[in-house]
Amino acid sequence: METFLTILLDGLQFSSYLFIVSAGLTIIFGVMKILNVCHGSFYAWGAYTAAFFIGKFSDMGMPDAVGFLIIVAAAIAVGVVLGFIIEQGILKYMYQRDEVLIVLATFGLFLVLEDIILIAFGTDPYFAYQPMALLDSVEMGGIIRDVYGLSLIGVATMVAVGCWFLLNKTKWGVILKAVIFDREMGISMGINVPYVYTLTFIGGAILGGLGGAYIAPTISVAPGLGTEVIVLSFAVVVVGGMGSIAGAAIGSLIIGILRALAVHELPQVELFVVFAVMAIVLVFRPEGLFAPAKPRKI
Amino acid sequence: MLRDTTSKVVLFGGIAIILLGAMMPNWIVNQLMFGFSRALAILGLLVLWRTGLVSFGHAFYFGLGAYTVAIVDIQLGVTDVFVRLLGGAIIAGFAGFVIGFIMRNYRDIFFAMLNTAISMVLYGIIVKTESLGSTDGFAISLPTIFGIAPETKYPLFVIITMIAMISALAVNFYLKTTVGRLTTPIRDNEIRVEYLGFSVAHAIHLKYTISAVLAGGAGALMAMSLGQVDPDSMINWTVSGELVFITILSGPGNVIAPFIGSLVFEVLRTYAFELAPQAWQLIVGATFLTIIFFLPGGIWSLIAKLGRKNS
Amino acid sequence: MTRAAPILEIRDLLKTFGAVVAAKDINIDISRGEIVGIIGANGAGKTCFVNMVTGYLSPTSGSITFEGVELVGKGPREVTHAGISRSFQVSQVFHSMTVAENLRIALAIAENRGVNALRIMESDALEAKCNDVLKRYKLEDYRDMTVSVLSQGIRKLLDIAMAVVSEPRILLLDEPTSGISVEEKFDFMDVVMGALKEDNVTVLFVEHDMEIVERYVSRVLAFYQGEIIADMSPDKALADDKVQEFVIGKRH
Repeated sequence: METFLTILLDGLQFSSYLFIVSAGLTIIFGVMKILNVCHGSFYAWGAYTAAFFIGKFSDMGMPDAVGFLIIVAAAIAVGVVLGFIIEQGILKYMYQRDEVLIVLATFGLFLVLEDIILIAFGTDPYFAYQPMALLDSVEMGGIIRDVYGLSLIGVATMVAVGCWFLLNKTKWGVILKAVIFDREMGISMGINVPYVYTLTFIGGAILGGLGGAYIAPTISVAPGLGTEVIVLSFAVVVVGGMGSIAGAAIGSLIIGILRALAVHELPQVELFVVFAVMAIVLVFRPEGLFAPAKPRKI
Repeated sequence: MLRDTTSKVVLFGGIAIILLGAMMPNWIVNQLMFGFSRALAILGLLVLWRTGLVSFGHAFYFGLGAYTVAIVDIQLGVTDVFVRLLGGAIIAGFAGFVIGFIMRNYRDIFFAMLNTAISMVLYGIIVKTESLGSTDGFAISLPTIFGIAPETKYPLFVIITMIAMISALAVNFYLKTTVGRLTTPIRDNEIRVEYLGFSVAHAIHLKYTISAVLAGGAGALMAMSLGQVDPDSMINWTVSGELVFITILSGPGNVIAPFIGSLVFEVLRTYAFELAPQAWQLIVGATFLTIIFFLPGGIWSLIAKLGRKNS
Repeated sequence: MTRAAPILEIRDLLKTFGAVVAAKDINIDISRGEIVGIIGANGAGKTCFVNMVTGYLSPTSGSITFEGVELVGKGPREVTHAGISRSFQVSQVFHSMTVAENLRIALAIAENRGVNALRIMESDALEAKCNDVLKRYKLEDYRDMTVSVLSQGIRKLLDIAMAVVSEPRILLLDEPTSGISVEEKFDFMDVVMGALKEDNVTVLFVEHDMEIVERYVSRVLAFYQGEIIADMSPDKALADDKVQEFVIGKRH
């Protein structure tokens, strides 16, 4: 019983931060048709920024609770600054070009951003455990869990609900769905598509940054963070369907729980199982489980 | 077959390099060995790139070639350079042929991602399996040539250069055949190719298999040049990314391009590491962006332009 | 003119997409050397018909027999090999290659089948054939120009020329003059039909322009809502009540 609960919670926690990151990736793909490789950098930057400032503020004697504010602020800062610069500085000029070329450009950006982290933050790891220590731990079902880890699940749920609300209950959602469906029609309906693109990219970047920022207190923030998460998010987005938030949720759950199962029961397949699922989905259902319906054109 | 300029340059250039190599210091010979080994994989990716396909997972075949060498060395005691090379190329080629049945129906992002997924499956297996070296990898014993263990790196260098020449000539020939010409046409309009009477799936399958053989050979040669294999420098998706980078850097214009691009990459890497180890990825990334924006035809398009100016 | 045995026999062709009937009760015999015009309003089933004959779509039921061989179940590639080619409403050419390169690859694919595809493509014979096609279709001036910079008219000529290099016995042209200005239409068709007559190719073309139809065809098939409402000579067809109403549109 204990192991089951451990696996379940580990899985849910893993799924949670994967979901937050992948939601950003999938919405960028759905709206802009770009598979954004530098999304891994948003995650890494979010983690580093949060860890850095949590450490600094803690040294200054600020209460640990400020850490949570810093996490949110870091995510927003990373998303707005990096997102804006990248979209307006580079991506904007590439929308007419081959979609694979755009992916390659985002890969180039990823490499650049990874090194800027090294230059800005150095190679030593950062530890920003304060928010996690603050929330302490709790006993449930015979095991002890960090409350912080459980709060991650809460944050992911809030993001999911927020996205659902945005897409289904607001005017913004309608606009986004129109552009996802058919960009040209969106333009002819008077939607300011470039503006939508910029906002979407920034929004997606914020989510990427949030995933990193929130996970920072639980890990040692060190170089190479972005590299692992990006392929995992690809896997999630492929399994769930590119452009679908619901898909990102289901994909994250599947991959998160599978991974937790592997880690506990059969560690040898931990890495392999995620990509095996990704490959299988690509072979049998390349659109993913929840891809938005594509109309037949001509 | 050897009538055109490219073939002549490959032949005479290759011979010149082999001869010069006898007089060059070791570190240059090493650079050339790594560069030419890797260039084989780029040759394969060039063929796919011309057809409009980019694989973000060819480290799968590269790694298969490299690890085949390691395994036949350790498990079977095979040291002969040609047996190792053929082993790597054939195993990778066979894998490419089998996977090609599925892969030939994919395009664009899905093609790129399926290759990534498959390569990461292999990565995941190797990293977690002790008997396959896990993250440490294996050291490889020095290769022998026809039973003789060479005292310097020079003989291996000569062999690698010759394999490079043969591969370049072979791919150059292939690209002039009817099926080899079906690169740009497939990229431009698949439906028309089918209606003209050629199976696009078959054409792509052939190209994919060729690229797998070349990548496998590249991995085998690289493993022998380095003297070791490990998953992070041979199978991880970052390696696939590197291969794609060099492909774009080189440009698809000519079979000589991958060799130039690979050498530029080697030199860049060596010096960047010495001068600014924190900035290596930055340089690669920035170069990538520069090429994509300002020189989409890669280094080769510069060379071709210079050539036109002179003629 | 003696009626030779038909080379294309279509029996009871039916195509449904769910509740939509795109083709129904299609029964036609086409003889060698006929020039047939296919007319009908938009959505009448003309392109669907062409798509089925060339293997792009499978009929729901019915048969299409060409020179005694059943075509249903074969894809575009096999239909081309069997001897039927088509051109496209929106020209399907290789836009980043030159006109001559487009023709060369079309010729090479047609000639170098099977293992021959592994032989070098360029040859004097190929070049000579290419020059010949360029001449017949009056494309010589454009031979080294990249297709992407060329006008619709030239692209359509190229599209048709590429379909013809495989020496088909039946050629289906899908709206060959659409997108070509009124002044140029006749010149265009003169070039095309002139080149085709040399090879005694059987031609079926879908066309909206009735003047073109009158001038070049010996037989008209009129489509309406997936069915053939008339199958007769041009003057009779254009005077027919049903054709007047459903294809041309009544005069007042």
